[in-house]
Amino acid sequence: MTRRRDKGLRFSRRHFVVGVLLAGMTALAARSVHLQVLDREFLREEGDARHLRVVKMSAHRGMITDRNGEPLAISTPVDSVWANPGELMSARERLPELARLLGVPADDLWQTIASRADREFVYLRRHINPDLGRRVLALELPGVALQREYRRFYPLGEVAAHLIGFTNVDDHGQEGLELAWDAWLSGEPGLKRVVRDRLGRIVKDVEQIRPVRPGHDLRLSIDSRLQYLAYRELKKAVERHRARAGSIVLLDPHSGEVLAMVNQPSYNPNNRKGLKVEALRNRAVTDVFEPGSTVKPFVVAAALESGRVPRGLRIDTSPGYYRVSGHLIRDDRNNGRLDLAHILIRSSNVGASKLAMRLPSDVLWQGLSRVGFGQATGSGFPGERSGLLNPPQRWRKLDKATLAFGYGLSVTALQLAQAYSVLAADGVLHPAHFVPGQEVRPRRVMRAATARSVRAMLRGVISDEGTARRAAVPGYSVAGKTGTVHKAVAGGYAEDRYVAIFAGMAPADDPRLVAVVVIDEPQGDYYGGKVAAPVFSRVMQAALRVLNVAPDAPAGLQAGRVSSREGAA
Amino acid sequence: MKGETGYDLYYLFRDLTRFLHIDVVLLLLLLTLAGAGLVILYSAGGENGQLMTNQLIRLGVALATMLVFAQISPEVLKRWSPWLYGLGVLLLIAVLVAGEMGKGAQRWLDLGVVRFQPSEMMKLVVPMMVSWYFADRPLPPSWRDLPVAGALALVPMLLIARQPDLGTALLVGSAGLFAIFFAGISWRILAGLGVAAVAAAPVLWHFMHDYQRQRVLTFLDPERDPLGAGYHIIQSKIAIGSGGWYGKGWLNGTQSQLDFLPERSTDFIFAVFGEEFGFVGAVLLLLLYLAIIFRGLWIAMHAQDTYGRLLGGSLSLTFFVYLFVNTGMVIGLLPVVGVPLPLVSYGGTSLVTLMAAFGMLMSIQSHRRLLAK
Repeated sequence: MTRRRDKGLRFSRRHFVVGVLLAGMTALAARSVHLQVLDREFLREEGDARHLRVVKMSAHRGMITDRNGEPLAISTPVDSVWANPGELMSARERLPELARLLGVPADDLWQTIASRADREFVYLRRHINPDLGRRVLALELPGVALQREYRRFYPLGEVAAHLIGFTNVDDHGQEGLELAWDAWLSGEPGLKRVVRDRLGRIVKDVEQIRPVRPGHDLRLSIDSRLQYLAYRELKKAVERHRARAGSIVLLDPHSGEVLAMVNQPSYNPNNRKGLKVEALRNRAVTDVFEPGSTVKPFVVAAALESGRVPRGLRIDTSPGYYRVSGHLIRDDRNNGRLDLAHILIRSSNVGASKLAMRLPSDVLWQGLSRVGFGQATGSGFPGERSGLLNPPQRWRKLDKATLAFGYGLSVTALQLAQAYSVLAADGVLHPAHFVPGQEVRPRRVMRAATARSVRAMLRGVISDEGTARRAAVPGYSVAGKTGTVHKAVAGGYAEDRYVAIFAGMAPADDPRLVAVVVIDEPQGDYYGGKVAAPVFSRVMQAALRVLNVAPDAPAGLQAGRVSSREGAA
Repeated sequence: MKGETGYDLYYLFRDLTRFLHIDVVLLLLLLTLAGAGLVILYSAGGENGQLMTNQLIRLGVALATMLVFAQISPEVLKRWSPWLYGLGVLLLIAVLVAGEMGKGAQRWLDLGVVRFQPSEMMKLVVPMMVSWYFADRPLPPSWRDLPVAGALALVPMLLIARQPDLGTALLVGSAGLFAIFFAGISWRILAGLGVAAVAAAPVLWHFMHDYQRQRVLTFLDPERDPLGAGYHIIQSKIAIGSGGWYGKGWLNGTQSQLDFLPERSTDFIFAVFGEEFGFVGAVLLLLLYLAIIFRGLWIAMHAQDTYGRLLGGSLSLTFFVYLFVNTGMVIGLLPVVGVPLPLVSYGGTSLVTLMAAFGMLMSIQSHRRLLAK
């Protein structure tokens, strides 16, 4: 009888149990439907979001070469170690291993990730050797991965540092031509979708979203041989004269291409630790100075161009000084009556000044402005200064008088070189630039005859009679002009601080090269003819030899005599 | 007829299984499930040969255990029940004491040669004990019997919960409860217990360990701690959901293969199954489980005596709880409780216990038949 009740109970219990079982199973199945049918798109996306990643593929930055294809800046592959701080923190006890490999204190490393725990990305160390990168990856730390990047190397080091500039750690140009041509060099990083596992390791590539477009190479007009020898000579000169700074610019007058541009002080772009800001400037384009006597040839040229000056004009410069608006303008000696050539040869301030006074202001201004003074060269170099040339409306009498011997206007070394290239290229101005093929518009700014005759006069400067005997280059005729300038300081001119300048070209008949040498604050000797001219001579001599320019002045013939005669004619 | 080999083989097989006290239906279902388990473990374990070998050895040991238990008649089991129960409780206390001396959770008893987990044994012993208690009493039980039976289940359950091992405590407690239920507890008391359980929830909360509370909170809102405790649930839901209707295919689950899914070869293996075989695969697997449970209940229903009926029913339903707690956790229906997916998850302890339970079920089935002859 227990059995009967038992059976009845069992019957209802059986149904209950089956009901509960089926209900439970239904709940599980319903939840599965919910996840796997209703939410599957969302959850699939969530899953994809976890293992699919879009990663950047760094583009190879274009190489910078000189005109002959010699590398001036190259990118080499390096690895950067990055981490997902949240994931890496879970392996705190293994951080010392990683720190040892990366060569950083473990505490610093912990700080780095702990302070960025809410981020998903932090660089642990940039730009390590790929070999070391592989060893870091072999640690199999969660959240640590590598990123392929490129690091810039500059084979010429300090020799071309200012010109080339450098890139920052993100491979973007910061200075110099690296900055000016950043867009061209950079290329475009590619994007690809990858499958990564929980440790952030890339398991496989799924698709390429955007291919890497590598940067373009950039060929400069620079000739690294000339760059190197110019740098060597400049450095020597700056050291010998204990000068504050210096620049040399070498220009091809027939194209406007800059063949060399060097500065002192310089720096090593491959290791910029302890870099001083003053060493950073490409002084040849960013620093202006008053050109002094080097501007005189353009005053003479302006006079010739104006047609108001008879060819045989002689100007009386005695007694070696004269007064303008109460100020004394003087030469270092009494030169007596001087023709145009000898105003340049003797570098007579009085002569140049009196000549300028004969010209209408706007004629003089045009003569100077046309050869590029007061305007940037258009080289596109970052931070290039345009110098200063006031419009004639603002000139007072004294301004015009001093302008004639290079005070009251300012120029850059590059500007000065470009102006001299007009004389060298028979009156055509080819705007200075660094990249062959860069669009420049040559323009005639002077009659060819004028340019030739001023050039002829300038040959006389390089003679025993002239101020720049030391600029002579054996075997070649040279035309050029010295400049010795009192440095402008607040409220006037410093008595004991000078800029020594020489601007010139060779061979004088058909110049292949224009060079400007600027030595800032030489100690001891300070005359352009003593300080800058010898540097010009050595640079020019070596450069002409490198370029295989045939000597035009057989040894024994005094180049200076010839030019002097021509100039007087 | 005698000459036909197939016919001979059939008899040979039937006699052999009878001799070995094997329930063929249950055995085939179990082997199918174990086979499916090995297939998914191969994928979840990252195609690791060593892992597969380990699991195969454990499966062998578990099957042998099942065979051994199938030989022990329910009579003998019944006689052993109180002794085993007493021993089990003592061992649980020993574990607790040892645990006080050490630090943190203590579940193992190091016997030198083997490390023994008394709580695991209680999954079998508690229903045996409760069944033993009701076996010779008139049923349905009088209300006086209930506190005693309840205590028989509750004491080991609380001891295990103290370890703390919430998952096992839950399974042990429900095993005892199921035996009481099958003994014929009145519906009213059952309903009252249900209400009491709900009322006891805050009290339970009070006694919970911090990490257990975290689990519950995280279950209620996984996004609360997406990198910590909620990580398991979120990754698991993503794995299953992204499987869709038919799954991503064997060895192709991205969540699991790429290491995002934690504990994918142990507690969360169902997520791998769901990701790689989809909704269809998951439902088929659940149906396989359901078939095993129903076979167990069928055996219990046809048991010869009360002891066999209560024990069989309890073991079958406990198996269901096992399944429900694990899959419920993996698909985000229940909080994270450390319960493996029975017969599939990597690991030996629960495998051996479960197969011992199925051995008991086979014994209940086969000894009845022998006696009936």
